[in-house]
Amino acid sequence: MNAISKNEQNALARAVLEIDVNNHAGVMSHVVGLFSRRSYNVEGILCLPVGDGRQSRIWLLVNEDQRLTQMMKQVEKLEDVITIRRHNADHAVFQDLETFFRP
Amino acid sequence: MTETLTGAQITVRLLERQGIRTVAGIPGGAILPIYDALGQSTTIHHVLARHEQGAGFMAQGMARATGQPAVCLASSGPGATNLLTAIAVAKLDSIPLVAITGQVPKAMIGTDAFQEVDTYGLSIPITKHNFLVSSAEELLEVIPRAFRIAASGRPGPVLIDIPKDVQAQAIEISEWPDPGRAEPAPAANSALIEQAAAMINAAERPILYLGGGVIHSGASVAAIELAEKASLPTVMTLMALGAMPVDHPLALGMLGMHAARYTNLALDECDLLIAIGARFDDRATGKVAAFCPQAKIIHIDIDPAELDKIKTAHIGIMADISEALGQLLPAVFQNSRKNWVDRSNALKAEFPFDLHSTDNPRSHFGLIQSVAACLDDDAIIATDVGQHQMWVAQAYPLRRPRQWLTSGGLGTMGFGVPAAIGAALAERGRTVVCFTGDGSIMMNIQELVTAAEENANIKIVLMDNATLGLVHQQQTLFYGERLFASQFRSSPDFIKIAQGFGIAAVDLDASANPCATLMEAISRPGPCLIHASIDAEQKVYPMVPPGAANRDMIGA
Ligand SMILES: Cc1ncc(C[n+]2csc(CCOP(=O)(O)OP(=O)(O)O)c2C)c(N)n1
Ligand SMILES: [Mg+2]
Repeated sequence: MNAISKNEQNALARAVLEIDVNNHAGVMSHVVGLFSRRSYNVEGILCLPVGDGRQSRIWLLVNEDQRLTQMMKQVEKLEDVITIRRHNADHAVFQDLETFFRP
Repeated sequence: MTETLTGAQITVRLLERQGIRTVAGIPGGAILPIYDALGQSTTIHHVLARHEQGAGFMAQGMARATGQPAVCLASSGPGATNLLTAIAVAKLDSIPLVAITGQVPKAMIGTDAFQEVDTYGLSIPITKHNFLVSSAEELLEVIPRAFRIAASGRPGPVLIDIPKDVQAQAIEISEWPDPGRAEPAPAANSALIEQAAAMINAAERPILYLGGGVIHSGASVAAIELAEKASLPTVMTLMALGAMPVDHPLALGMLGMHAARYTNLALDECDLLIAIGARFDDRATGKVAAFCPQAKIIHIDIDPAELDKIKTAHIGIMADISEALGQLLPAVFQNSRKNWVDRSNALKAEFPFDLHSTDNPRSHFGLIQSVAACLDDDAIIATDVGQHQMWVAQAYPLRRPRQWLTSGGLGTMGFGVPAAIGAALAERGRTVVCFTGDGSIMMNIQELVTAAEENANIKIVLMDNATLGLVHQQQTLFYGERLFASQFRSSPDFIKIAQGFGIAAVDLDASANPCATLMEAISRPGPCLIHASIDAEQKVYPMVPPGAANRDMIGA
């Protein structure tokens, strides 16, 4: 087991990130690329346009480890990211989706 | 008045309006409309590089020497992939670069068309931002924005990928957007500045730690004023060299892996570290847990993600360095701090940096000193990557911001020659010296002919040890002297190579009076290669072994 997956196993909790972005092709790549290059697994992703469709909202479910604060700062630096907010894992957004994810 | 212009013409016009006067690149099918328009420009000079990586380094040579965004161009597919290394170098060193690439027509994107590559996807992790442009109209917004992003905050490279049909699309234009300029920096939080000032005023053994951000922010003068007012011994990162003249009484030189012993030992004793525009890179800190173990930390940086990334700061301030220092200076007390300055001078005397045999121009340090003796502070000093780079960083008397061009963050061989060409073209009045190695020069040797073609005033000092010296050193010290793939069994005749590319060349090995030969070669205008053999057994010393604490240096 490498150090990073150990980190993630040891994660005490999960966090939910709410990210408002400009809605165009490529934004999702920018966001998730920041996670993948650090081999920081994203457990869940939801994304839909908001309002008139010029912006979208990305919801990410991630393991909480000590890198999360740095991750959020990196996400916040992206040109197309408008805001990022952090919620607890019990946030409603991922709660009712389980029916779609039965094996 | 409305004009009908193509996307290509709009692109060139927007570059002209940005004030761009020199670009470097290589044409190819997917960027030919832009080249056609560029050929009609009377204000932009195009430098035809011989490899797109060379073009990318030339552009950032311009950007590093001037502080202004510079532009490189490449075609789709292989043109774009050849640019990637140069873009990554600009990202790691926070250099404002605008890379424009041609792309296959929109309708063919995603079909594995000839010379199609996902330039947008490839460039995401190595750019500050990137664009795939989908209409000529969009160029009016994207190009100024690219320059604004490249120059604002923490500078960085921006890539604009323009499909060929977008370049060909004609639209009517009645109004031009303003050129993209750096956004004014947000003001530093004054309460935090007050706290920082109080911490500096209360400190007994503070050290000022300058990073590349000081250069980018144009804050060298302010940083020196702060150091002088509060009597702060000052260390610099590789990227900050030149921010404070090395011979300033408070200068402790470069910190970290190849610092002088006194520099790292002083850091070990400090009770306050004032980091400005620096990012606690591992080559600077050594083993992080043992870096400045007694010190509180004030960290000022324009990039909030740098604060608390490696070391948690007691006071972290997100701000432009110039602006923050402007606020900090009046709040910091004049203080001669005699004990600490005496202590730092005592360390200098006790653990001096050994520039052994400096007077012998056939030794590595002697050669560097002899080159310096031929030049004044107006000269620009570029390097490639390897032992020669570290020796120049240690021994060249750098005294001016933007005097020093080196690939710091990515440490990329092949950077030196094209970056020097770019600097020489951007700063026509200056002499540009490129210290290179026999390994590094081969990585972009084709640009010698570009130097000849442009008559760039560059002097390439080739420190030839017939080895990949830094690798040789690591294998000798840390791999049981098992030298493998670090010695060249065959070396080219560099003099003939230079002459073959059309530039002057001199061999110091063959000269009875190397200092005179150097002086003559450096004073003659135009490009010249100066070859000098160097002892392959020489090491870059002192050195912090990998993983060790900075206080535990080995060698000399
Ligand atoms: C593009 C690239 N490939 C490989 C390396 C690894 N590397 C670092 S220094 C070095 C040797 C450089 O040799 P040379 O240019 O002759 O300089 P010297 O160390 O001999 O002064 C190598 C291979 C690198 N930094 N960059
Ligand atoms: Mg060498």
